[in-house]
Amino acid sequence: MSVPRSAFRSSLNTTRDAPRVVPIELDDVQGLMRFGYKHQKQACFLLMRVKQRDAARAWLASAAVTSAIAADPPPETALQVAITSAGLRALGVAADIVAGFSPEFVAGMNSDASRARRLGDVGANDPSRWRWGAADDVPHVLLLLYALPGRLESWQRAIEAQCDAAFDVMARLTTSDMDGVEPFGFVDGISQPQLDWERRRAVRDQDEQAYINLACMGEFLLGYPNEYGFYTQRPLLDPQRDSATQLPRAEDAPDKADLGRNGSYLVMRQLRQDVQGFWQFLDGEARGDPDVRQQLAEAMVGRTLHGEPLVDARDPNAFTFRSDPQGVRCPLGAHVRRTNPRNADLPPGEPGLWSWAIRTLGFDAAALAQDRVASTRFHRLLRRGREYGVQVSLQEALATTPVAEESGLHFVCLCANIARQFEFVQSAWVVGTRFDGLTDESDPLLGHRLPATDGTRSDGFSMPQVNGPALRIEGLPQFVTVLGGAYFFLPGVRALRYLATARSVRSP
Amino acid sequence: MTPQSQFTVVAPLAAGREAGLRELLASMNSVAGVADPRNAVLPFGEFDRLHFARLALLTDGASRTLEDQGLPRTKFPTCLAFIGDCDGPSREFLAELSRRAGTGLREIFSHCEGFDPSGDLLAWMSAHDVPGGANYVNWVGRTVRQAKEEHALQRALRSRLSRESTHADTDVRADARMRWRELVSFVEAEVRSGRLALTPPEPTPLSWKLANIAHAVAVPLIGLIMFPFLLLLLPLLIVMLRIHESRDPEVCPPPDPAAVRAMQELEDHDVTNQFTALGLVKPGLFRRWLLTVLLLLTDYACRHVYTRGRLTRVQTIHFARWSFVDGKARVLFVSNYDGGHEAYMDDFINKVGWGLNILFSNGFGWPHTDWLVLRGARREQPFKHYQRGHQLPSQVWYNARAGLTVADLVRNRRIREGIESAELSDGEALAWLRLL
Repeated sequence: MSVPRSAFRSSLNTTRDAPRVVPIELDDVQGLMRFGYKHQKQACFLLMRVKQRDAARAWLASAAVTSAIAADPPPETALQVAITSAGLRALGVAADIVAGFSPEFVAGMNSDASRARRLGDVGANDPSRWRWGAADDVPHVLLLLYALPGRLESWQRAIEAQCDAAFDVMARLTTSDMDGVEPFGFVDGISQPQLDWERRRAVRDQDEQAYINLACMGEFLLGYPNEYGFYTQRPLLDPQRDSATQLPRAEDAPDKADLGRNGSYLVMRQLRQDVQGFWQFLDGEARGDPDVRQQLAEAMVGRTLHGEPLVDARDPNAFTFRSDPQGVRCPLGAHVRRTNPRNADLPPGEPGLWSWAIRTLGFDAAALAQDRVASTRFHRLLRRGREYGVQVSLQEALATTPVAEESGLHFVCLCANIARQFEFVQSAWVVGTRFDGLTDESDPLLGHRLPATDGTRSDGFSMPQVNGPALRIEGLPQFVTVLGGAYFFLPGVRALRYLATARSVRSP
Repeated sequence: MTPQSQFTVVAPLAAGREAGLRELLASMNSVAGVADPRNAVLPFGEFDRLHFARLALLTDGASRTLEDQGLPRTKFPTCLAFIGDCDGPSREFLAELSRRAGTGLREIFSHCEGFDPSGDLLAWMSAHDVPGGANYVNWVGRTVRQAKEEHALQRALRSRLSRESTHADTDVRADARMRWRELVSFVEAEVRSGRLALTPPEPTPLSWKLANIAHAVAVPLIGLIMFPFLLLLLPLLIVMLRIHESRDPEVCPPPDPAAVRAMQELEDHDVTNQFTALGLVKPGLFRRWLLTVLLLLTDYACRHVYTRGRLTRVQTIHFARWSFVDGKARVLFVSNYDGGHEAYMDDFINKVGWGLNILFSNGFGWPHTDWLVLRGARREQPFKHYQRGHQLPSQVWYNARAGLTVADLVRNRRIREGIESAELSDGEALAWLRLL
């Protein structure tokens, strides 16, 4: 019997198909992937629809997109461009190329009732009520404009004038600089994954025994290995579709042009925050006691107003919840615990093969009790949102006079796999009423509060106690309402030019 | 203790009856795919020994992949599968079902080939009941009645507590054992007044006990006898496995978005969901025999090891079953699980990728594995494409314990244990109070 040699190749080494590590082409990555543009405190997000296809393509072909190359001093302005699947179609991109993107992107955020159920876009969040992004109101192109203080207005006017023939502006989503604090009054943006720009993390498929904040580039940037050590689905084109070699070649398929490489998916949701409703409800629960009111709010968020974690931490973004498995210090259902549980692939246990085997086979009762939450590293989001509206002080929030203007968050996050990252976090961890064995509660900030079909409530919040049953708040009102949303593709710079110029990209 | 059992009645459809059957099945639902417990055809809710049930059309999509690979394809007719999990022997349950819902069942099965509406319904169903290759029951002995009574108990205790104290300024430092005793008396009063019931478990049937012990002993015994031969054969088997693994094609095209959307429409109406998948066993005797042995071992583990709330690390599956159909040409996998589909699949990959590979890598087209356990399901995208590509919608699905996850059921059981304990230590009383 002849045995093929390949039968005995080293099977533990999942890197065998991976090519040598090449540095990430920063000039081909849009800057938002690497920078939050903190210096550029002014920002406006323009939602556009294609008015005239050729003009739109011409404008996109030469738009001055800011890349991820670091600039010192920081640039006065930074322009980022993202496109929905409807936008790709409107630009004339061939259907088979569009179909090569992830199904969630192709279908769109508001695609159907099932997605709405999963994302919690029901009741007041129902896409039919959205200000933008509803069924026949999906934006085509998103322009993200960031500018140093005082530089936005004239620049934005110039940009809008440039693309006047090409696009209709659907909406101008203005933002407000709240100095790192979100409208409820909490310091925001602390928890972020650290991206592996140097590609230091080994590409391998192996259990991680500890929570790590360093994420493989492929979790955020298409065309690079992800946490599993593999490449995420994206459009790979036959080379004849890219005869001018505008596009990079795929690392995992060198004979294909990689339209996804150095791109990402950008998820955007406009979230209105009812600041008065939030503080007045908690004030009622605390019976007017300001300390209790603040404690309840901090328990719901899982951080203090200043952003410190409720468990011991040497750094606000370098800690885990291992020291607090019952949630007596930071409730299990607190917002930051739901959205980033900071756990590893295996529940905690002794080092060594024996303990590993016992935990993997499910014979360690203590480990099983801490094994209800999916491994965090496969569900990370790179957040790039901006606040909007007026900043309401606590006094104004507690006053009976309604505030004149609404406030909220233009939630923006980047990820390479919408289903496994954004949609999973939103559905299983935020909307899910059974996170970590809890019942009758969803995310205390983001939940829609509607009961399940069998009548099970979702409007509670429990705070486990050292000395007895958990304290529960019942009847939480809805604090955050979704007003719009869409899935965008944030292309690499070359991919953007290719989409705008290549003849072969178009439908025959 | 009342053990659980499962039934899987599979029968090919009569020519030209599919559209009519689909219409009939749709009429049984309250929302897409979710059965109305009181529907006129088969009022599932009237049967208090039934945990889950589903009616699914098993269409032959997967074997198309053979053709795509240029391999000979056997065409399988579309079948109707009636699958359920019940308390006590499934034969007894099917008998009760045919007695009390015979008309509706006859109406359903009259769409199947060779069904005689005036014949013996029970005999026909038994004849078409496919033996399970491996059965998993999350908690052997937990009956529908127990699940419902313990749920009511948990609700009563929680609302009692929330009336007592919801506010942070209430003193919660009262002695834990004292509070436990108070709550025990509260429950006892509720039971006396008939507002709560905590029915004691039935005695375990002797025949089941004996059969279970015999099975527990016999399988390792046979294994022991075979061991020397296996040891001799092992090098050869490993070589054969590696040859197969290097040659077996991987067929994981992205699934049709419309088909996925049709399945998603049926999902997430409850915290629990259903999964039905049908796949071809890889051609050749090696894989068929390997899978037969591995299913036997899986069944052994499910019967004797994983009987208390978990299947290895996975604590979200209520019931699962692998069955050979069409003379071991295909395998039908059905399960009832908690959470969304994406979370279920991530659990599979991250927690039991190896376990999935052991069984499913014998299925045609499965993502490449190494040494039977490595890679395979860990290759996220091909795996996710494969499983959705092999999934079939369940036209009708019934869950008697809607709204209750495995975690809820396990917790509620512990609450009841605390109520029925004669004495608890301070620490135990505190841990018990935390369950509420």
